[in-house]
Amino acid sequence: MKTTPIFRLLLPMLLFAGLSACGPIEPWVKPYERDRLADPIMSLDPDPVSTAYTHHVFEAREGSRGGEGNSGGGCGCN
Amino acid sequence: MKYRRAGIVASILLVAAAGPAIGDVLPDDRADILYHLYDGGGVTIKGPSILVRKKAGKSVSFVANYYVDMISSASIDVVTTASPYTEEREQLSIGMDYLRGNTTMSISVTNSEESDFTSDSYSFSVSQGMFGDLTTLTLAYSLSNDEVRRSDDDTFVREADRQFYSVGLTQIITRNLIMGLNVETITDEGFLNNPYRTVRYVDSSNPIGYSYEAELYPNTRTSTAVGIRARYYLPYRAAIQGEYRFFTDTWGILSHTGAISYTHPWGAWTFTGKYRHYTQDQADFYSDLFPRSEATNFRGRDKELSKFVSQNFRLQASYAFLQDGWGFVDKGTVNLIYDQLLIDYDNFRDLTTGALVGEEPAYRLDAGVYQIFVSLWF
Repeated sequence: MKTTPIFRLLLPMLLFAGLSACGPIEPWVKPYERDRLADPIMSLDPDPVSTAYTHHVFEAREGSRGGEGNSGGGCGCN
Repeated sequence: MKYRRAGIVASILLVAAAGPAIGDVLPDDRADILYHLYDGGGVTIKGPSILVRKKAGKSVSFVANYYVDMISSASIDVVTTASPYTEEREQLSIGMDYLRGNTTMSISVTNSEESDFTSDSYSFSVSQGMFGDLTTLTLAYSLSNDEVRRSDDDTFVREADRQFYSVGLTQIITRNLIMGLNVETITDEGFLNNPYRTVRYVDSSNPIGYSYEAELYPNTRTSTAVGIRARYYLPYRAAIQGEYRFFTDTWGILSHTGAISYTHPWGAWTFTGKYRHYTQDQADFYSDLFPRSEATNFRGRDKELSKFVSQNFRLQASYAFLQDGWGFVDKGTVNLIYDQLLIDYDNFRDLTTGALVGEEPAYRLDAGVYQIFVSLWF
């Protein structure tokens, strides 16, 4: 049976999705491999007070608002 | 008024920013003392922002923020239609995080006060760590109630309500790469325009060729923003970050924001450079010069609703001190940030030039934004 390129692409994804449903997803970056992500220079928002002020300035000068993202962050390295 | 409302949105962001860093870890205890100064376009805004966060036991953390804007304005809007003014805005936020298992729940309240504007906001969010803490999912909701008044009319009182819905996802991709996705919808209902601002229309009976009348915004607005960020650890211990945000709303404003930054540590110092580029299309009801009085159902001439391109250049230097601790302090940093903000308006004209009506040159804003702050962890 011949398979189309799109089917060849979708099959592994469907298999992965099916297998994922059978058990917990294993973290592919282990806790002991997160030393670089734990470095303070990798923080997505190291200075929350400054970030809030900067957003305040932009929102006052521009018509857009929100979506700049502060939820989450960190790397689970603590 | 625009500046004040922006403050409310930012304060809710601050609550989120000062909130859970990851699903199963409470944020560090810290104190930040910041002084800010904005200077450009005839406007000076300065004041402090102080944040304190402290754990109580292993599952609860409290946070409080006090923020002040001291405004002295002779902006292009003010000098062409009104008199320069000074104003002060005070804002107080308090919040609490509660950690249970991999879940952090956060609540906060914010009050913002000035002589002709009051806003109260209430926020709730839930953050969940998943897949061995590779993924953090955050759902947040906020409600804001505003009261708008006029300093020259005691009988003028209007209200506006605002609701925020956001979903945030932070994902570790590789041992060097972390990404964040944020989707936020904001709905407004009530009196949304500035009670002092006016629009310009052609008036042949006036010797200067035009007159002003009160602006009139729609009573509702819904906006959606989608932002994505990626931060990558470079092999020689430095970091590079890229950001993109798409924004659209029911007023017809559509914008794209892109930014790139580079962070480089050097001994006790950390240096960051950033470039941000923002483009915006105008609101449907914006016009620099309406053809006649009450020409359209809704009308506005706020330059923030016009079409423009904004560029921002940032330099930041941070110095770490007390790295071995001192007393109850674990470590500290002192930080300096300078932002150069350049906005080139496409169809907001500079009326101070005295050119022919409708042929005035486009306005350009050039502002410097300065921040100095000390952060202490304990």
